[in-house]
Amino acid sequence: MSQTESYLAHKGFKSWALTMDHKRIGVMYLVTTHLFFLIGGFLALLLRLKLLSPGPALFSAHTYDVLFTMHGAMMIFLFIIPAIPSSLGNFFIPLLIGARDVAFPKLNLFSYYLFVSGILVILISLVQPIDTGWTFYTPFSAENSAAVTTVSFGLFLVGMSSILTGLNFIVTIHTLRAPGMTWYRLPLFIWGMYGTSVIQVLSTPVIGITFLLLVAERLFGVGFFDPAKGGDPLLFQHFFWFYSHPVVYVMILPAMGIISEVIPCFARKPIFGYKAIAYSALAIAFISFLVWGHHMFVSGMSTTAGVIFSFLTFFVAVPTGMKIFNWIATLYKGSISLDSPMLWALTFIFLFIIGGLTGLFLGSLATDVHVHDTYFLVAHFHYTMMGGTVMGLFSGLHYWYPKITGRMLDERWAKHAWWMIVVGFNVTFFPMFILGMQGMPRRYAEYPAKYHSLNVLATVGSWLLAVGIVIMFANFIRSLNRGAIAPANPWEALTLEWQVPSPPPEENFEVIPTVTDWPYSYGKETGDTRGK
Amino acid sequence: MAYYKSYVMVWIALIVLTGATVGVSFLNLGLWNAAVALVIASTKATLVGLYFMHLRHEIKLVIGFALFPLLFLALIIIGTLSDTMTR
Amino acid sequence: MASKEKAGKGAPVAARLGIWTFLATELLLFGGLFTAYTVFRITYPDLFHQEHLKLNRLLGALNTVVLLTSSLSMAVAIAAIRQGKKRLMQAGIVLTLVLAAAFLAIKYMEWTEDFARGLYPGSNLFFGLYFVMTGLHGLHVIFGMCVMLYLVVQGQRNRFSADYHTPVEITGLYWHFVDLVWIYLFPLLYLIG
Ligand SMILES: [Cu+2]
Repeated sequence: MSQTESYLAHKGFKSWALTMDHKRIGVMYLVTTHLFFLIGGFLALLLRLKLLSPGPALFSAHTYDVLFTMHGAMMIFLFIIPAIPSSLGNFFIPLLIGARDVAFPKLNLFSYYLFVSGILVILISLVQPIDTGWTFYTPFSAENSAAVTTVSFGLFLVGMSSILTGLNFIVTIHTLRAPGMTWYRLPLFIWGMYGTSVIQVLSTPVIGITFLLLVAERLFGVGFFDPAKGGDPLLFQHFFWFYSHPVVYVMILPAMGIISEVIPCFARKPIFGYKAIAYSALAIAFISFLVWGHHMFVSGMSTTAGVIFSFLTFFVAVPTGMKIFNWIATLYKGSISLDSPMLWALTFIFLFIIGGLTGLFLGSLATDVHVHDTYFLVAHFHYTMMGGTVMGLFSGLHYWYPKITGRMLDERWAKHAWWMIVVGFNVTFFPMFILGMQGMPRRYAEYPAKYHSLNVLATVGSWLLAVGIVIMFANFIRSLNRGAIAPANPWEALTLEWQVPSPPPEENFEVIPTVTDWPYSYGKETGDTRGK
Repeated sequence: MAYYKSYVMVWIALIVLTGATVGVSFLNLGLWNAAVALVIASTKATLVGLYFMHLRHEIKLVIGFALFPLLFLALIIIGTLSDTMTR
Repeated sequence: MASKEKAGKGAPVAARLGIWTFLATELLLFGGLFTAYTVFRITYPDLFHQEHLKLNRLLGALNTVVLLTSSLSMAVAIAAIRQGKKRLMQAGIVLTLVLAAAFLAIKYMEWTEDFARGLYPGSNLFFGLYFVMTGLHGLHVIFGMCVMLYLVVQGQRNRFSADYHTPVEITGLYWHFVDLVWIYLFPLLYLIG
């Protein structure tokens, strides 16, 4: 095989800090975002620990507010939004389409530094930590004495980084595909990332202007969101959710892309319904812009608008369901091997179905009135975001770890971590559906005694979850040095990144490949090639 | 020289339209004031887009990139109004 | 002759797609403001009518002319460099810079006048919108000026030619976009009638 140097060959701080290699930038994002995953997870453990007792305990209600705000804001803005696109997307988009780099490598590095400077600004705000919730609703956020202005500015920078990354990917996918790599030969991860990038580019500027207006409200007394001045607090919510609803698809579409790669590879079957999966990514991206009002049913929005938004919300379920059925049809009669990437992919499907279906309860006007702002909602979005996105991310990490690092993960420990996380996750979050149906509101430090036992169960689950995550990350770190040397294509996958050495050389491909087929002709080669 | 000339012609048209929109604003047309102002502004915008921004000679893909976001501008305005106008 | 002007002589496709995508984000950044404007103008038509009379329509119109002219000089600069006429390009960009500065100077005069009459961003919703919209637009003008200054310096160093002038092309597109925003801001703020 090729004797060219791996992209990891050069050592030293400068070789990383000034790199324009999409792979290295991807790795830097990977490390940064997962750092915040661990911190945000630790905060969640503290929250759960506090909720072990229904009354006052451990820390004050205000501290609780601060902690759940930081947990939410960190997990959403610093982890889950950039986690897959900026890290795995950066690393694998050029490799999957047969390119040497993204379209604008300098801009790529620039967005990483924007991201980091945004984080630094947000860290400064910790001197007066905010307690607004990650949603920053006005008028509370406009009158709050905490460092809302600083955080807004920090998040503005993070948003700009997200926009520039999306822009880079869109142009890359349009202009840098290898010869013969037609749209219908693109790996489905690319379709998912394309939809993601479109959302990032078109929705993020709206949260940008929302934060600017919030700052203008605080600094100059502009009254757009202040009823006392004739403004409308709901306008803030419209702007906020015009961004924040589509952005949940920034979180989930890349995960769905990963699942679409892993399932056919480990079922040794061509993907079922390629075009349906590809176009459903774009359909989800588009419809996601039509439904933001479902977050405002009980905020005082007009009922007419409520009916319209509720009706439109159901349409998102259609392309989402299409994907799920297509994955299941791919599995049907496949020769499935349960390696860790596949375990995570199957977990994704299972948990995401629960998360997605409970979303319909929240999206329909009448039932939302009952469960709005209860633990039912908390359970729903943790099933979609953690059960969905994070499981997809874990699948991707286990799938691509050999390619990124050149080492194999310890499969045994990966499986130990897997069952701990799956059990822990369900024990933590499933009781919350019940708590929510029983009427327990979210975001309170204390609760009536009748909710006690299920809260204890959830807290115990969170410990199991934490242990599983620690084992998984220990496996990631340990395998960096001790893992078996990875072959170029340990999973016998057909996408282009597996046709180059692990880890890939700096310029990815010695010769830009010419593509003659789609990457899903599994099982046709020699029957099942990875004998049982 | 041909394009310099066409640019100057576009510029003259833009200035004339600016004069027209200022002139119309002194008339009292009720709701039509806003409509006329927006039609004139959009005419000007189209001229700038087609000539100064070269959309006249662009490939389809780039034209799509230029027009597609307008749909989303419409979405945020219409979606928000669907609430505020029916409260 | 038109074919000579065709895209092939401009920036590469990737750069054009990139800048148009960027302009899409700019459109939606201002989009929030246009939404707020629409909501409030429909809710408070009388307030908008009364308050907008306090703006100086003449200075607003003058500024429109200034900005439109700066777009012309920018367009000429790009046409020039596409033919390799470096001096004409430099002259076009410098003129654009001067006009941009004039725009800001006039804006500055207007704002000082407003402040002197006790009109602030917090005075009422109309002036809130007026200051935020023109302020954000003004920031875009300043950013554009910084980039043009960079172009002039690079131009002096002979960096651009008929074969390579991508930065000039995309700065031009950005600048025309700033002009486009003003084309709407002017009637929306000054000419409510
Ligand atoms: Cu939503």
